[in-house]
Amino acid sequence: MGCGGCANNCSARCILVFDVCQELRILQYVGRRCTYCGRCAEVCPEKAITMSQEFETSTNNIGDAQQRLEVFMSTCQRCGRCFKDETALEKLKMTGYRFDDLQNQRWIFGARAYQENEPAVKDIAIEMDW
Amino acid sequence: MLKNLCQKMFGRSLWVYHANSGGCNGCDIEVLNALTPYYDAERFGIKLVGSPRHADVMLCQGPAMRATARALRAAYEAMPAPKLVFAIGSCACGGGMWFDSYSVLGPVEKVIPVNYYILGCPPRPEAIIYGVAVALGLLPKKAAPVHFKQAEFPIPRYHPEDLSGRGDLVIYEKAEKV
Repeated sequence: MGCGGCANNCSARCILVFDVCQELRILQYVGRRCTYCGRCAEVCPEKAITMSQEFETSTNNIGDAQQRLEVFMSTCQRCGRCFKDETALEKLKMTGYRFDDLQNQRWIFGARAYQENEPAVKDIAIEMDW
Repeated sequence: MLKNLCQKMFGRSLWVYHANSGGCNGCDIEVLNALTPYYDAERFGIKLVGSPRHADVMLCQGPAMRATARALRAAYEAMPAPKLVFAIGSCACGGGMWFDSYSVLGPVEKVIPVNYYILGCPPRPEAIIYGVAVALGLLPKKAAPVHFKQAEFPIPRYHPEDLSGRGDLVIYEKAEKV
């Protein structure tokens, strides 16, 4: 369905949403920091996400844990009413069109999505002696 | 080739060093659980050592943090040359739940090169033993990325990679008719 409730309720913020246009939404699951809390499966109104007992997921390439869905959204306006939010504040922050940073695997909140020239989230630079 | 090299280099007893760089101790407990007589990793010769200078394998738990990144790097450099690094748990693999916090640098691969990733929060002891078996070439890996496309739009606006031409003349390669 592509409502993005899993992304909004993910505690590790490992489900990213990128709205290419009105009709198309990319949902990217970054499995590398998933804590398997099961909140996404709980909130999913269509029960599209299920938790399994498979634990043999170790790999030598971290890209193997990734899932990418390109979902057809037709005339959805992303109001976010098809899943339940934690608080009203969260609801204000999360609904609407979202443009997360798929390359750097980070969330970008709505207000900063249009600042194209500077990165929305910067890495911390610390001094290391090597 | 890497598999043969791994089997040659790490065919005998693996001595593991267990580096926690700011995790919550959940993965520590699971690693120690994998070494208990129930799972009995010592029958494969896997032994826990206290110093990185004695170790072949480094098990990293917890994200690379501002305070411990240098110590983690120093421990990695203290290990003798054929060495493997395992990132255990979602903190070490991807930074975990607090990946963008002010004190967390991110996954441990920002500080040291990581060979194998064991996902989970914390991973089961079976998963850790499975990860070691994958690293030794005993078992194939099962994880694979998933790509799913529900609809493909035959409109050039959504496929800028298929456009060709220069100047005013632009050709959409997938179009059936002009």
